[in-house]
Amino acid sequence: MNPSVLTVYRWELRKLRSQKRTYIGLGAAVLIPLIFVTAVAIRNGGPEDVAFGRYIHDTGLAIPLVLLLFGSVWMFPLITALVAGDIVAAEDHNGTLKTILTRSVERGQIFAGKALATATYATAAIFLSGLVAVTAGSVVSGFNPLVTLSGNTVSATRALGLVGASLLVYLIPIFAIACIGLLLSTITRNSAAAVVGTLMVSLIIQLIGIVPGLGSLHPYLLSTQFDAWQGLLRTPTDWDPTLRSAWVCALYGVPSAVAAYLIFVRRDVAG
Amino acid sequence: MNPVELRGLVKRYGEIVAVDHVDLTVHAGDVYGYLGPNGAGKTTSLRMMLGLIRPTGGTVRLFGHDPLATVRALEGVAGFVEEPRFYPYLSGRKNLELLAAFDGGQARAQIEGVLETVELRSRASDRVGAYSHGMKQRLGIAAALLRQPRLLLLDEPTTGLDPVGMRDMRMLIRRLAGEGITVLLSSHQLTEVEEVCNRVAIIRAGGIVFEGGLDDLRRTAATRYRLRTTDPERTVAICTVQPGLRDLRSDDDGLTFVADEEAIPDLSVALVEAGVAITALIPQRPSLEDLFFDFIEGEQSAPAQPRVMDPA
Repeated sequence: MNPSVLTVYRWELRKLRSQKRTYIGLGAAVLIPLIFVTAVAIRNGGPEDVAFGRYIHDTGLAIPLVLLLFGSVWMFPLITALVAGDIVAAEDHNGTLKTILTRSVERGQIFAGKALATATYATAAIFLSGLVAVTAGSVVSGFNPLVTLSGNTVSATRALGLVGASLLVYLIPIFAIACIGLLLSTITRNSAAAVVGTLMVSLIIQLIGIVPGLGSLHPYLLSTQFDAWQGLLRTPTDWDPTLRSAWVCALYGVPSAVAAYLIFVRRDVAG
Repeated sequence: MNPVELRGLVKRYGEIVAVDHVDLTVHAGDVYGYLGPNGAGKTTSLRMMLGLIRPTGGTVRLFGHDPLATVRALEGVAGFVEEPRFYPYLSGRKNLELLAAFDGGQARAQIEGVLETVELRSRASDRVGAYSHGMKQRLGIAAALLRQPRLLLLDEPTTGLDPVGMRDMRMLIRRLAGEGITVLLSSHQLTEVEEVCNRVAIIRAGGIVFEGGLDDLRRTAATRYRLRTTDPERTVAICTVQPGLRDLRSDDDGLTFVADEEAIPDLSVALVEAGVAITALIPQRPSLEDLFFDFIEGEQSAPAQPRVMDPA
């Protein structure tokens, strides 16, 4: 990596570690699976109507997967937006852009460092959530084999690998959300507006998904890509949803990131 | 290569012209005062010098380089616009470490030294959020010094400081200038510019109305003289017809008038020939303050000097 980008990236991570909102985001990523597992422990039923819902008492490995399904509505987009929407706007809020832009790093390098730090945070949040869900879930429901979507049973260790792979695939739409967050953060220069705006965009795309008669749009909606990991839990593995997720999310994410970059490198820094 | 060269610099925000064709040259070793009332376009000019905003027209060159093209043009240049800003959730020292890293890392070893220079070492471990305005201002200087600048651009460095803070800041600027650093500082306080600068540009409504040495500025105003004689009435009569004298005013303490120095010998001879003895003839140097107000209020009536530019 370019040494300047690496320097900015390291300091962006250090800044994230010194800010409350980072811990609010990561705290939510830890707390929500814990609440979910607690509910599983004290109640007999489960969400029967969603994939893996009926297995949450049989194996802890079903719990992160159910969490991914519920989390895509607003939880993980919000956790992502919390930092993505803030990472540029916070500099406007603190007036620090002029401080860092008059040193020896180019604007583009600063933007790249921020984008990488955002991706790192989002990855940490998703995997932290998954780790907590697997660990707490296994304590409550056991580290047992999992019945896949094709109806066959896979061993617990293999299921763990599939959960990890699912989290990775889940990151694709998360990164697209992060790019939208970066764009709104750059445009609005206001942290709250960018965070809420990103969440709104995510929710509106989901709403389009449930409007009757717009079914043909489904495969191209960002919200649909949050289910791509389910292809991994079929036998044989169905890679098509993952591939589709990659290019559909790129259609959302790349223009957002490029626009954010261009605005950031050209904008007037006043105030 | 001059440290700063602005040529035809323009910044427009829609209908509003914030900076209107500013030409300005700062030579190496200058302590240059960029003087004007609030809202005259000083900060906007400085932002363009630092590459923070794009000019609508004209060029900025720092040591011959365009700060808009690459931050490498800012090599050897440091400073701040408006108040210096830092990450409030990091300590003063951490903020400097971040900036040293952004400068390539070599400056890290100088952090303690610059903290010492601005007398912030004892508070360097506290979060900047808990700093007073004066401390942030000093941290701003420290951050600038980390770059070992040949050119310092400071935007109203003493604004908001208490008298002691102001004195310390001015002493620091003079000291840095003494070490050979070229300084451009904006200010709306003439006394400050008078105290630390050797050259000055006065900006009004976006345009430069005067540019030159402080001595040149003083010379642009004709001197007012106070005259006391043994016979005030005849004195008035003589002065009224004496060539080269303007704007006669009588008061309890004698007579005052505006004149060029060349007109004075003839006047004194005329008075003596009329049998009037001079008890006092006192040139009253115009204070820079008066000149400054004349300039910024657009009432400069002194004969135009080559360096005085038409604001229009």
